[in-house]
Amino acid sequence: MSPTQPVSALGGIPFLVIMVVKVIVVFVSVITTVAFMTLLERWISAWIQDRLGPNRVGPKGLFQPLADGLKNFVKEETYPDQASRFYFVMAPMLSMIPAMITFAVIPFASPLPTPWGLVDMVVADLPIGILYILALTSLGVYGIVMAGWSSNNKYSLLGGMRASAQMVSYEVALGLALIPVFMLAGNVTLTGIISMQQQMHLWYAFPLGLAFFLFIVASFAECNRLPFDLPEAEQELVAGFHAEYSSMKFAMFMIAEYSNMLTASALMATLFLGGWDIPLWQGDNMWLGPAGIVGATPAWWKTLLTFGSFATKTAFFVFLFMWVRWTVPRFRYDQVMHLGWKVMLPTALAFIGLTGTSILVLDSLGVPYGLVYGLAMTAVNVVAMVAFFWILDRDRVIAGAEGYERRVRIAEAHARGMRVPPPVTQHAGD
Amino acid sequence: MIDIPFFLFVVFAVVAIGGGIGMVSSRNPVASLLFLVVTFFSLAGIYVLLNAQFIAAVQVIVYAGAIMVLFLFVIMLLNLGSDYHADIRRFGWIVAGFVAAGIIGGILSSGLTQPGLLAGGGGGALVDASVRDVGVVGAVAFPLFRDFAVPFEVTSLLLLVAAIGAVLLAKRRV
Repeated sequence: MSPTQPVSALGGIPFLVIMVVKVIVVFVSVITTVAFMTLLERWISAWIQDRLGPNRVGPKGLFQPLADGLKNFVKEETYPDQASRFYFVMAPMLSMIPAMITFAVIPFASPLPTPWGLVDMVVADLPIGILYILALTSLGVYGIVMAGWSSNNKYSLLGGMRASAQMVSYEVALGLALIPVFMLAGNVTLTGIISMQQQMHLWYAFPLGLAFFLFIVASFAECNRLPFDLPEAEQELVAGFHAEYSSMKFAMFMIAEYSNMLTASALMATLFLGGWDIPLWQGDNMWLGPAGIVGATPAWWKTLLTFGSFATKTAFFVFLFMWVRWTVPRFRYDQVMHLGWKVMLPTALAFIGLTGTSILVLDSLGVPYGLVYGLAMTAVNVVAMVAFFWILDRDRVIAGAEGYERRVRIAEAHARGMRVPPPVTQHAGD
Repeated sequence: MIDIPFFLFVVFAVVAIGGGIGMVSSRNPVASLLFLVVTFFSLAGIYVLLNAQFIAAVQVIVYAGAIMVLFLFVIMLLNLGSDYHADIRRFGWIVAGFVAAGIIGGILSSGLTQPGLLAGGGGGALVDASVRDVGVVGAVAFPLFRDFAVPFEVTSLLLLVAAIGAVLLAKRRV
C-alpha cells in the first residue's frame, strides 16, 4: 500500500483500528475542550465585567473544570415528586448525545501521511456531510422539551415550549442560510466545501457574507445562547427547562450546550472561513478524494499548521459566542419570533435568489470558477449586505420595545379615527 | 460470518415495528409521539442501508426534527392528559385486527411467492449507479427538478391549497 493512498482503501482490521483511534482522540479532545470552555466563559465574563473570575483552584484557576466535575458527580440527585421519572432521566441524555456526535463530520486538519496511507483528519466524511449535522441538531430540541415537560413545573414547561417554537423557527433560517453555500460549492460534504473555497482563493465569508451573518444569528438561536436564551431565561423562568435538575444531569445539559457551541463555531469556521485552510498560502490546497490526493503534497507539519488554523478560527467564534452573551441583553419572545419569521426567513430566501442569479449570470458569461468569480460575487454580496443593514438600522424592521409600542399605538389610534396618538408612558431614565 | 447490513436491517425493522406498535398502543400522547420518532429514526437507518443517505437525512430533518417537534408543541400546549375514551369498541378491534392481519399476510405471501417484488429487482444497483454519477443529493434532485418537474410543482401546489383550506376551515373570519 503506497503512502499516498487514503487509508479507507486498506479496508478490514487496519482501517477499523485507525477509525477507533480517531474516534477516541476526537471525542476526548471535544470533551476536554468543552470542560475548559466553561472556564473560559467565566474568565471572559469576569474580564468583561471587570472582575477577577475563578483563580483559586490550581494555577490561575486552571483546574476549576475538574473541581466542577467532581462537585457535579458527588452532589445529591433530586427527583421532583410529581415528575415522570422515565422522561426526566431520558431528557439529559437526549440532549447530550446529539450534541456530542455532530462533531464527527467536521474536518479539522489537512490529511496526515502515515506509513499505512493518508489519514484524513475527520472522523467520518459522510456523503451527506452537513445534512447529518442538521439532522442531529434538530433532535437536540427533544431533550430540552422533554426536560421541560417531565419536570411537571410550570416554569420548566414554559421553557420547553419556548425552546420548541424557537428552534423550529430558526432551523428554517439556518437551513436556508446554508443553501447559498451549497449552490456555490456544488457539494454538501464539508471536505468538498473546504476544497472549493481553496480553489476560489477566497473564503465564502466574502461572496456569501449575508448568508454568513444569518447563519451566525440562527446558530445563536439554535444553541439557546443569549440573546436567544429564552428557554432558560433566569430572570423570568428561574432556570427554564433545567430548573428541576441537579448534579450530573444538570451538568449534562451544560455539556450539551457547550459542545453545541463548539460544533457551531467549528461549522462556521469550516463553511465560511475556509476550515483548516491557511490564508494566502497555496501549500495546503489539497483534497483527499476516493482516488487519492489532489493538489499539494501532504506533510505532517502541514497537518499541524492547518490544525492550528482551524483551532484559531473556531476559538474566535467560541469567543464571539461568549462576548455576545455578556454584552447583549435578551430579546423579548415576540421579538424573537418576529426576527425569525419576518426578517431572517425572507432575507435568506431573497439571498438564495440573488446568489442563484449571480451564479447563473457568471456561468453564462463563461467566467471560470476562481478568484474573479469570487470577487464578482463579493461585489453583489456587499450591495446586498449594505441594503440589509440599512433597512435594519432605520428602525423599520426591528424597533426597540419603545418604538414598536408607539407604532402599535399610532396604528390603533388611526384605526379608531383619532388624529393625535395618545402619549407614550414615560419610563424612568427617558 | 454474519451479513452486517442484513443484521442492521433486522435491528432497524424490529425497532421500527416496535415503535409503531408502541405509538398506537400507548395512552400518553407524548409517549406515542416519541415512539413515532423512534420509528422515523429506524426508517432513516433503513434508508442508509439502501444507500439513500440524502433521503435518510431529510427524513430525520423534516419528520423527526420539525414536524414531530410541532406536534409535541401542540400536545404540550393543549396539555393533553392520558385519559381518553376509545373510539373503537371491542367488536371494532376484532374486525380491525382481521383486516390488518389479512393485508400483512397478503403482502408477505406475495413477497414469498415472487421474491423480486419486495426484495428490489435491481433497484439497489440503479441507486448505486446514479449516486456514483451525480452524488447523493443529485440522485434525488435530478429526477425531482428535471424529469418530474411538473408533477413535483403540481404536488406542491396541492399542498399549498390544502394548507389554505385548513386555515379557512379553522378560522371563522379570515
